[in-house]
Amino acid sequence: MSSYDTIIIGAGLSGLAAGIRLAHYDRRVCILERHTTIGGLNSFYRLGGRNFDVGLHAVTNYTPKGARKGPLARLLRQLRFRWEDFALVPQIGSQIAFPGISLNFTNDFELFRSEVHQAFPAERANFDKLSAAIMDYDDLDGALASQSARSIVTQWIRDPLLIDMLFCPLQYYGGAREHDMDFGQFSIMFRSIFQEGFARPWSGIRQILKNLVRRFKELGGELRLRAGVQRMEVDDDRVSRIVLDDGSEITADRVLSSAGLVETLAMVDQQPARTPQPGQLSFVEGIAVLNEQPQKLGCDRSVIFFNDSDKFRWQKPDELVDVTSGVVCLPNNFKFDRPLEDAMVRVTALANYDRWRLLPPVDYQAAKQATYERIMEIVGRFIPEYRARTVASDMFTPMTVERFTGHANGAIYGSPEKRRHGTTHLKNLFLCGTDQGFVGIIGAMFSGIMIANRHVLGTVSTDLEQVAAVGVDF
Amino acid sequence: MGPAEIKETILDILEGIAPDEDLSGLKDDVPLREQLELDSMDFLDIVMELRKRYRVQIPEDDYLELATMNSTVNYLTPLMKDLEKV
Repeated sequence: MSSYDTIIIGAGLSGLAAGIRLAHYDRRVCILERHTTIGGLNSFYRLGGRNFDVGLHAVTNYTPKGARKGPLARLLRQLRFRWEDFALVPQIGSQIAFPGISLNFTNDFELFRSEVHQAFPAERANFDKLSAAIMDYDDLDGALASQSARSIVTQWIRDPLLIDMLFCPLQYYGGAREHDMDFGQFSIMFRSIFQEGFARPWSGIRQILKNLVRRFKELGGELRLRAGVQRMEVDDDRVSRIVLDDGSEITADRVLSSAGLVETLAMVDQQPARTPQPGQLSFVEGIAVLNEQPQKLGCDRSVIFFNDSDKFRWQKPDELVDVTSGVVCLPNNFKFDRPLEDAMVRVTALANYDRWRLLPPVDYQAAKQATYERIMEIVGRFIPEYRARTVASDMFTPMTVERFTGHANGAIYGSPEKRRHGTTHLKNLFLCGTDQGFVGIIGAMFSGIMIANRHVLGTVSTDLEQVAAVGVDF
Repeated sequence: MGPAEIKETILDILEGIAPDEDLSGLKDDVPLREQLELDSMDFLDIVMELRKRYRVQIPEDDYLELATMNSTVNYLTPLMKDLEKV
């Protein structure tokens, strides 16, 4: 039976980052990944000779080379990467498009500020006060952190339309809870999206994942693919034995799981007193490959967060999909010095997992096709006459998310309940990744680092002040 | 090793932690935190690197001794005088 210092469940961004920290400090560490490839929620695949990304729209928390502050700079130091290793290229500019009004933003916060000032003259001072408060806010263990962001933001900003427009991108890029989020998360996401900004590597998420895996292996870490955890046996409030899908057994002093809170508990023999809630929010995403760059077709926005109804609704829809709001991502519209190999448009919208699950198999494909057509209609508002340019397409549903990530209910952002400190009811089982509470590319990696530092490397005093500094993205 | 070699060791550790930094202009008497924006996670990495490479244990109460290059070298000199540089 193999024995390790630490077992990490899941070879996504958080698991790989945790693995690098532990392997660097000579821990005997093994990452177990159920799937045939790495990445988890942020992965990649090839289809019809083309490279596709899963998850990644844009990396948030962008800071340029040379910046020493901010989550990206801190992350690079913790993982010992050079800025160039992630090869992040900033966005051209993004947009929040609501009925009759839109706000543009770039990686220069002043532009967003002037857009808000122009569109909402009565809110000028209020918006400035809110952004100043958020800029300074770094107390995620404080009293405000766990309170309703909507009720706190309402104390600063009066216009419900502006409030909805601020919440829309934040919820689409990391809202695990319906209707609201806590103020701590609102603050880190506001910073990561509006005050820092978006970027992308030219080759997508591969660029980051391949560097992580290479480093992990160079440091002596072991990565096992097709190695799902079937169950974990518990003895004296500790995980004593890990049984894999193929029946083989492993022991480890500690387990870090990035599989999700509900999903990890499902592997454990002994349950906590209270059962946590699984997430409810899932998505569909349609991807169209075009034979022309979107800029030539008249759209230069990098990401567009749209909403068509009077009130922005962040909730599980009643139907298969809710097309009244969503995200259009145009990966070509970043400041690359050479064009991407393919021109693509991706559209994401909220979906109802149960509706998709209950579809008879014979109807599933037709529903998928019809939903693809519905969400792609939206693109026509931003890129006129683009449809004839479509040369290939793909689509994921909540069922696809569940199949490839193992997330209950296909809930991309996991449980509405987060475990900021990563602890569970078992003494040697810890959570990292989505349900620790940092979502997105930089957030996920930071989560792995923080949990590895705190619970394995034993540097307990490091983490509290770090929590607040981490941003979030998709 | 003596103070000069200890300083080289610290520079080597800093270069590993922040590969993008040009350390040639580093001032020995100005806090590292100020010059490189190092945070507490980075200071812990310096501590852990010293433990990993030289088995030098630095108790948490002494972390403040690592504020500047000079204070770090002064603090480490008695602890590392019998060690060979690797």
